[in-house]
Amino acid sequence: MSRPLSGMKVVGKPRRRVDARAKVTGQTRFADDLVLPRMLHCKLLRSPHPHARIRRIDARAALSMPGVKLVLTGADLPIPYGILPVSQDEHALCLSRVRFVGDPVAAVVAVDEITAFEALDEIQVDYEVLPTIADPLEALATPEPKIQPYGEGNVHKKVALEFGDVDAAMAGADHVFEDIFFYQGNTHLAIEQHAAVGAVDPDGKLTLWSSTQTPHYVHRALARVLQIPAAHIRVIAMPNGGGFGGKSDPFNHEIVVAKAALVLGRPVKTCLNREEVFYCHRGRHPVTMKLKTGVKSDGSIVAMDLQTLLDGGAYGSYGVASTFYTGALQTVTYQVPRYRFRGCRTFTNKPPCGPKRGHGTPQPRFAQEIQLDKIAAVLRLDPARLRQSQLAKPHSLTANYMRLGTISLSECIDRVVEGSDWKNRYGKLPFGHGIGIACSSYLCGAGLPIYWNTLPHSGVQLQLDRSGRVTAFCGAAEIGQGSDDVLANLVAEVLGVDPFDIRLVTGDTDLGPVDLGSYSSRVTLMMGHAAIQAAERARDLIAQAVSAKLEVPVARLVFADRRVFDAQDPARGVSFAEAVQVGEAMHGTLGTTGSYRPPESAAKYKGGGVGPSPAYSYSACVVEVQVQPETGWVEVEKVWIAHDIGRALNPVLARGQVEGSIYMALGEALMEEMDYRRLPRHLSAALVHKFPSMLEYKSPTTLEMPEVITYLVEDPDDAGPYGAKEVGQGPLLPVMPALANALYDAVGIRVDEVPITPEKILRALGDRTAHRCGPKSFPFIEWPEPLRVPPPWEGGDGKAQNEGPRRRREGAIVAPDVAQPGLSPHPSTPEGRREKSDETSPAPELPEVLR
Amino acid sequence: MSAVGSFSSHPPTRLSFKLNGEPVEILVDTYKTLLEVLREDLGLTGTKHGCELGECGACAVLLDGRPILSCLMLAAECEAVEVRTVEGLADGACLHPVQEAFADLGAAQCGYCTPGMLVSACALLEKNANPTRAEIREALSGVLCRCTGYLQIFEAVEAAGRKLAAGLPEKTGKTP
Repeated sequence: MSRPLSGMKVVGKPRRRVDARAKVTGQTRFADDLVLPRMLHCKLLRSPHPHARIRRIDARAALSMPGVKLVLTGADLPIPYGILPVSQDEHALCLSRVRFVGDPVAAVVAVDEITAFEALDEIQVDYEVLPTIADPLEALATPEPKIQPYGEGNVHKKVALEFGDVDAAMAGADHVFEDIFFYQGNTHLAIEQHAAVGAVDPDGKLTLWSSTQTPHYVHRALARVLQIPAAHIRVIAMPNGGGFGGKSDPFNHEIVVAKAALVLGRPVKTCLNREEVFYCHRGRHPVTMKLKTGVKSDGSIVAMDLQTLLDGGAYGSYGVASTFYTGALQTVTYQVPRYRFRGCRTFTNKPPCGPKRGHGTPQPRFAQEIQLDKIAAVLRLDPARLRQSQLAKPHSLTANYMRLGTISLSECIDRVVEGSDWKNRYGKLPFGHGIGIACSSYLCGAGLPIYWNTLPHSGVQLQLDRSGRVTAFCGAAEIGQGSDDVLANLVAEVLGVDPFDIRLVTGDTDLGPVDLGSYSSRVTLMMGHAAIQAAERARDLIAQAVSAKLEVPVARLVFADRRVFDAQDPARGVSFAEAVQVGEAMHGTLGTTGSYRPPESAAKYKGGGVGPSPAYSYSACVVEVQVQPETGWVEVEKVWIAHDIGRALNPVLARGQVEGSIYMALGEALMEEMDYRRLPRHLSAALVHKFPSMLEYKSPTTLEMPEVITYLVEDPDDAGPYGAKEVGQGPLLPVMPALANALYDAVGIRVDEVPITPEKILRALGDRTAHRCGPKSFPFIEWPEPLRVPPPWEGGDGKAQNEGPRRRREGAIVAPDVAQPGLSPHPSTPEGRREKSDETSPAPELPEVLR
Repeated sequence: MSAVGSFSSHPPTRLSFKLNGEPVEILVDTYKTLLEVLREDLGLTGTKHGCELGECGACAVLLDGRPILSCLMLAAECEAVEVRTVEGLADGACLHPVQEAFADLGAAQCGYCTPGMLVSACALLEKNANPTRAEIREALSGVLCRCTGYLQIFEAVEAAGRKLAAGLPEKTGKTP
């Protein structure tokens, strides 16, 4: 996309987003705003036990209630699903076992919400309570009972990778630092509760409206579980009232309302309550980390050795990817000549963890940036200069074969150092007052799709009409980040019209080409390329026709200000609508497509699929804090952040993404946690969520948000549309460690875990020897032999030396596991009861269901 | 839509109040909150909900000019009051200055907390068109936003206040 960057009319200009009017008038239609004639309401009965076998479900009383239309149980939806092909471990309703408090057991559909809700109380479930696993230590020590039938005991996944001989490098290091960190889990807390509506179209096909970030993956899950051809299913992602990763799995309730609509032939809606949203979770994994880094006396890294232990919760979700992500991006910020990463994800009887903003990366970033601060302190180096001196090199391969593009981290550091007056203030502020620095990087879209295929990751289709109307179709889901605005922005730029002239049809699997979804900061880059390609193809068709009409060479035509004209004689031209007309006259009806697939990764080893990206964004952050040593109370006074965005397509939205990231990061740093407790033994010893409510789950309000100085550093990256890189996730990453480092500057303590609560600060202040609060040990884990991949500078080719030939299975692309077209099998038939899951071995005894 | 469950033992009650300047007369189930009546019975889905427990502030509406949480108020308590929702902020097709500023300055990302933020901001600006940053923080502190980090919202409220203080034509606070 080597288009001139000067003279752009839309790109780079601060603008009102195209969907702003709908949002400020309350007219944006979210999933729960949908009301359809004859619509029924659905509620899920969720398990009160963290781990139990379901012996019997008696739905007779519920079904006898006036207004109750249907009760579904696990046997009605026996086919498992899951976001990753390797973890198809979920059922829309639990088949025979519940694995966390909140796991859904049955669904009631009734004439209204309150009837459905009251009917839940009338369903009698007989549970046989099983022992529970509360955390990764228990999971490692307790192989039985297995929470999931796969994995090794209650270990879901172990990965081990080594890039160069780390032990040898450590032995030659001047100093070796070893630290243990803990990053507590937290949740997305999108203000919109998940909602979905299923309906059977007049022609018998299925439509699902949902607050989902990934309509394409929901589409696949529905086809699989309902056994309907994917082409007969339409998924519409409604604008999400916040996502942050929390709406990127296919969810139980989505499948249940679809099934209920098929059974009853009426629209069925559900909206989760806040407590249920906490149980859906898929948020940040709690991770314990042991980070060992060897450095030379000047602080430059010679080798890094990272171990991570993840608390995955009860299901796989994105967990395998999350596990790899706790290691994959440790090499892209600074030069790391040799690197070993070992990660382990465990199953516990808690809501499943998954991707939250920064997916797997904030945890090790927290560890590395605090450790760098410790290294600087021991070696008496300035923490900003220590980082500055060993930044990753632009346009290079890392030890683990991530292909880097532009890197403006040096400038980012300069900006925040200058802005915060770092040189005059770091180490020089009075006791209780301090500043800290940290850096980070993040991917601009996952280089590989979730299921292996060779198709485009994003497609855009344009349709132009003789009125001058341009409609852009794309499967991308608008979750508030502004993907619709990016689409209109880029198409308008190429065609020389105003973004408000473009009609958008997005997030609809029936109407738009596939976009894989709003996750991994992929949409701006991938959809952006597809949009530009489609628009350039349309422009070329129109230009050809206008050139003929005006007798001006194509190369001289300019598309701008809703006109197409001669660059040498701007008066000579036609309106955009006329231009489309001559184009339509010459070519017939005008429509174009564009698509994008990321370049092939250089990482050829198993596990190398996680981390590669077309480009990487970089951030540097300085946080200023005031600490009250008597109470441990922290005030964040000010934050300076510089983000290497490549190019800000709409600076208003870009700034909003940065500040929103800072906000969310401060919540994680200071207060947010998904915490669990055991009920007293004499009650049940059950493991329950400590506070599944917004009142108790503390998040920052307007009163806690500090002043933020945002610098957007623009150095266009050829891999991005007009040079743009991501901005939605990267700026979150450096904030937590910068804050922890500021505490050290303020009061000389290290809090090596989040959230950094006043209690932990007091504990560290009270620790007269280490001045630290944080985990003291990392458990022994029996790691597999690592895959050995020599780094590029040691003659490596991206392949592991000790790995057999790899076979990549082309996944079923359209409708996985569809036996044949037709309706889903009735639960009473053997086919309907088909136990496809390897839930337990031997096949589980399904509970008795009384209706 | 009446409930069939145990709540149905209470007969619906007649309610009349003013909604966005227009008189409303309606039979409501006594257990229903103002939020439910607005969204479900009256079809005004602009008002949102994030918890239905008074924790998030998304459901804020103006009751006689003061922001209240519509999820904590029974509709039956609203006899003869004046309710203003996000749908009642614009003057016809002409947006309220707070709406304009929110739209222009990035104060609405996903837009879900926006109605609650907007009515809270209006209530503030109607009392005080030139609030300090601290007053804005205080006035909006009951509404959680997970997208913006609040700063662009503060700036939008300040910009709208400046417009209002400059006496630009607007209908704020004067429901016809």
